[in-house]
Amino acid sequence: MLLKHISKNNLKLGTLGNNLHKYLSSHGHTGLDVRLLLRRSNHRFCVIGSGPAGFYAAQHLLKLKPSSRVDIYEKLPVPFGLVRYGVAPDHPEVKNVTHTFTTVLKNPNVAFIGNFEAGKDITLGKLKESYHAILLAYGASEDRKLNIPGEKEHVVSARDFVGWYNGLPANRDLAINLETKKRAIIIGNGNVTLDIARILLSPIELLEKTDISPYALDALKKSTISEVVICGRRGPLQVSFTIKELRELVNMKSARAVSEIRDFDGINEQLLKDFPRPKKRLTELLLKSAQASDTTSSGSYSKSWFLKFMRSPKMVERHGDKLHLTLEINEFDPANKERVVGTGKTEVNICDIVFRSVGYKGRRIFDELPFDENTGIIPNVGGKIENGIYCVGWAGQGPRGVILSTMQNSFDVAKTIIQDMESVPHSDKSGFETIKNLVTDKRLTCYTDFVKIADFEEKHNRKVTTIDEMFKIINGKL
Amino acid sequence: MRIYGNLLKKLFYTYQNNNLARVSSAISGGYHINRRLLVTTPVAKTDVEMVDITFVRSDGSKIATKGKIGDNLLDVVVNNNVDLDGFGACEGTLACSTCHVIFKQKDFDIIKEKLTDEELDMLDMAFGLCDTSRLGCQVCLTKELAGVEVKVPEGVNDARSS
Ligand SMILES: Cc1cc2nc3c(=O)[nH]c(=O)nc-3n(C[C@H](O)[C@H](O)[C@H](O)COP(=O)(O)OP(=O)(O)OC[C@H]3O[C@@H](n4cnc5c(N)ncnc54)[C@H](O)[C@@H]3O)c2cc1C
Ligand code: FES
Repeated sequence: MLLKHISKNNLKLGTLGNNLHKYLSSHGHTGLDVRLLLRRSNHRFCVIGSGPAGFYAAQHLLKLKPSSRVDIYEKLPVPFGLVRYGVAPDHPEVKNVTHTFTTVLKNPNVAFIGNFEAGKDITLGKLKESYHAILLAYGASEDRKLNIPGEKEHVVSARDFVGWYNGLPANRDLAINLETKKRAIIIGNGNVTLDIARILLSPIELLEKTDISPYALDALKKSTISEVVICGRRGPLQVSFTIKELRELVNMKSARAVSEIRDFDGINEQLLKDFPRPKKRLTELLLKSAQASDTTSSGSYSKSWFLKFMRSPKMVERHGDKLHLTLEINEFDPANKERVVGTGKTEVNICDIVFRSVGYKGRRIFDELPFDENTGIIPNVGGKIENGIYCVGWAGQGPRGVILSTMQNSFDVAKTIIQDMESVPHSDKSGFETIKNLVTDKRLTCYTDFVKIADFEEKHNRKVTTIDEMFKIINGKL
Repeated sequence: MRIYGNLLKKLFYTYQNNNLARVSSAISGGYHINRRLLVTTPVAKTDVEMVDITFVRSDGSKIATKGKIGDNLLDVVVNNNVDLDGFGACEGTLACSTCHVIFKQKDFDIIKEKLTDEELDMLDMAFGLCDTSRLGCQVCLTKELAGVEVKVPEGVNDARSS
């Protein structure tokens, strides 16, 4: 009867407990604190990070144990991680996943706590005291460097650039000036590279229809970039971007592909025949665009992009208003055709802007936990770090994989957590109710705060890109 | 009211462009839009023709349900609350491959919708890809498909890195 009442009215057990307690005490029943009784049936889970990994894990924990309570902590005042701040603005359909995440946020057993930086605002010890299990889903918030001379002064990090065009508060002041620039070189062969190439080459009318940050749109309006060179360490068979992203570039009406057909020596029907379908189709598309680029004249295209293979960056220098990027030419290691070695021969590429896009990297947030500096992840077995502490998504697996793979990983780890909980002696944990008393020096945000910001964004048709403005909206000052 | 207006616009946009459309960019991810509203098309009871369809999970368990002729398999999953984790993350916009299903050859052969490059591109990311794989959001139920049984593979084929 009681349970029926609770589920029918979507009541939190805690709230119900409090109400019942008030009622019983006011009627003279003071012997038993009904609040404790009711609270005992809840598992309290803490999720650090509100990207896809955190949300899919929360969703699955609640599916497997609907009575549990999940508190999702996020460094920024707003949720969704890389879906809001990574996925390209011209990929709105990918962002549809946020509808599922919003359903999770609306679950009465879920609390969103934003503007809360785990590690800085709270120690692991305090979290352990307050939760049955802690799930680290904080992504990978750094990026890999090239470690070459001139990098610090002359190379733009892809991560920062992506944050800049997506309105990430930390990156909004990145000094990006695309006026008078013609040639951009992006180092790296992944999807983030192709995202950047597409943003640089897209007609402005297309970008105007997206939620790209207003200042990035301004800068891109003034952009004179006409050539984007994508530079990979290995060959066409080793690229790590995926076919959907490649096809978008190939199909671009405003920019044509240019390739050196020489790079495709030895890649032919015979070889392709035995590849698994995905690799075969990707290589075919690369080959087709290379062959087409060899025959099409520059025609009506005003812009172009170029895939340069077998090159490693060695140095960037400024000469007047141009950058000189020195690349070493690589060759395949005869012992292992997937690997390359430098030949010692170099070439200098003159350009106006250089991006490094060779991968994101995880960061240590809790000193108490082991951390592998090399891979940037916390050593874990199937998502488990130690009893009661788990990791998912890019924080646990390293920064590779689309939302789909992150999702699957979250489901798997959530399952493990629930299985492990079976053998954990049940104790009373107070979750955010305790934590909130420990973080008193800053205004934390909740789901309704985010709703205000989202409403504002929808009304004004632009992303809010500073923390200051977010709080003005929350406080009703905007 | 505004929300419904937007939804209808989206719906129209999506179908008009043969499911290939970009759903208009919803800033903040259109946080208050409910997916169930997005794909349900109201149809008078009398014109509805239903066919049986069975989803087979990777552990072999089966979910038998019914779908309207003309609905795609994502509609069927959503409208019937079919319990398949994560199915349809991009809501039928060809951007996720979470709706990957595997048909029997004979059923695969009679699917009306042709496989496009874009569908194949997304399928290439799917786990357990077969020659008879399709994306559920791109395949509509027909009379001929009555009683169809599809497998829903679980897991991922990790192709992406940064
Ligand atoms: C540029 C780019 C474009 C992409 N495009 C696509 C795409 O089109 N399609 C696709 O399927 N996948 C895409 N991906 C991949 C996808 O974004 C990832 O698979 C996914 O976001 C990983 O999820 P996550 O939750 O592990 O990490 P994240 O999404 O990074 O979420 C981590 C969250 O944790 C928060 N956090 C960090 N530190 C703390 C702390 N100390 N305390 C509290 N919170 C913290 C962060 O602010 C963030 O919100 C893209 C990735 C990038 C980088
Ligand atoms: S639902 Fe995303 S591709 Fe079908």
